[in-house]
Amino acid sequence: MTRSGKSPARRRYLARLAIFVTVYMASLVAAVTLIRQHHVTGAPAWALALVPGLAVVGYFWTIGMYIVEQRDEFVRMLMVRQTLIATGFALSVASVWGFLEQFALVGHVEAYWIVVVWSFGLLLGLLSNRLTHGAWGECL
Amino acid sequence: MNNRLRVLRAERGWSQQDLAARLEVSRQSVNAIETGKYDPSLPLAFRIARVFGQPIEAIFAEGEAD
Repeated sequence: MTRSGKSPARRRYLARLAIFVTVYMASLVAAVTLIRQHHVTGAPAWALALVPGLAVVGYFWTIGMYIVEQRDEFVRMLMVRQTLIATGFALSVASVWGFLEQFALVGHVEAYWIVVVWSFGLLLGLLSNRLTHGAWGECL
Repeated sequence: MNNRLRVLRAERGWSQQDLAARLEVSRQSVNAIETGKYDPSLPLAFRIARVFGQPIEAIFAEGEAD
């Protein structure tokens, strides 16, 4: 832990997160503007459309690196629990929604929304950690 | 797992933060171990034993935490 209360792993996490959030926002605005208005087509459109998704992959990589680099084993365990709960929650929602959608009982939802559901699952994981282990961890 | 962390820490007049700094872990880790919510790994248990200058078995004992 440093004097600021942030572990080196968390400081690196925040720096990486800032980069990927910036890339995500910029590429999403660019893709929506340029592709929808047909300013770019073909291969460049493909390349541009891939960037927001890859930025989200970078977000997952950032969380993975945090787990790898965190030296405090208790805080690391909390983060692993948190992400497992989020993953279980997101897969459960996707499974149930998928079958409801299959039988035309609910509308279609774009696949990337599962990341939003997963992020909500992180909050559930955070709460679970507080209830079962009495700690929030580093609150990613 | 039962442990005598709180007693040993109090005997030395250390706060949880003091002990956390000596162990190079977070204060919430020390609190979780003291309250029996988390059992440390063997390497961390050895570090705790070294900090208190006692064998592991004098600090940790089998059984459910109180």
